[in-house]
Amino acid sequence: MAEQIIFYILAAIIAVFSILAVTSNRIIRSATYLLFVLLATAGLYVMLGFHYLMAVQIAVYAGGIMVLFIFAILLTNKPGEDLEPENKGKRILAAFLSLTGLAFCGHVIYYNVNKVYTLVIPAELKMQDIGHTLMGTEKYQYLLPFEIISILLLACIVGSLMIARKR
Amino acid sequence: MGDLFINLFSGPVPIEAYLGVSLIMFFAGVYGFLSRKSLIMILISVELMINAADINFVVFNRYLYPGQLEGFFFALFTIAIAACETAVAIAIIINIYRNLSNVDVENLNEMKE
Repeated sequence: MAEQIIFYILAAIIAVFSILAVTSNRIIRSATYLLFVLLATAGLYVMLGFHYLMAVQIAVYAGGIMVLFIFAILLTNKPGEDLEPENKGKRILAAFLSLTGLAFCGHVIYYNVNKVYTLVIPAELKMQDIGHTLMGTEKYQYLLPFEIISILLLACIVGSLMIARKR
Repeated sequence: MGDLFINLFSGPVPIEAYLGVSLIMFFAGVYGFLSRKSLIMILISVELMINAADINFVVFNRYLYPGQLEGFFFALFTIAIAACETAVAIAIIINIYRNLSNVDVENLNEMKE
């Protein structure tokens, strides 16, 4: 019973703040609403039983990417002034397209999902299992993507330094 | 759907509830992507879309494949890739700001000479 209440609170936070984040005229407020959405998503990961993913979400997304966003916002806008609102035709077209997509995907989900799943309460996910799966080389283990991600991170660091340096 | 409402406060949280949350977040991102003028707002919308897809991966892992870890690891790597992509995108935005003094997408209509 408590689990459902916590889930509905988190779901309400995510829904309300994500819509506010894309319709606000002040950009720092959008960034703050996005931060709340990311923290509530971490809460959803805990409810599904993936504690390590919650920690990674908070450390990387809410702690790293949001700080990067705030830096970028303060380097490219004057924080006091509002963004200009976009013209009405574009907004109505965007709202129509996203509502159409929402209706279509919602219909597909709610028509099909009952036929597919049965809920199984799993055993707890241990850190040793995550470690073995991340660093192993057997069939369902992820050493190669791990190393490739580290090369990708290096490439992105070097690339962004090259793009954004002072000429 | 009647099953959904009976399950609403008793029993475990149904999968449709999780998928509905990620659906709303995803299409809020789509709306923001299509209707905003500032590049940073567009980037925020892309982050919302990526996050919604991450929730979907983890939910399908928990509900459909409870013994395996593929969805969990896919979400983990997606978070790392989103961090890289945001860093490069913000570097490009800062470069655009240096050359054009604002970051509207409407001003980006000329190629380099």
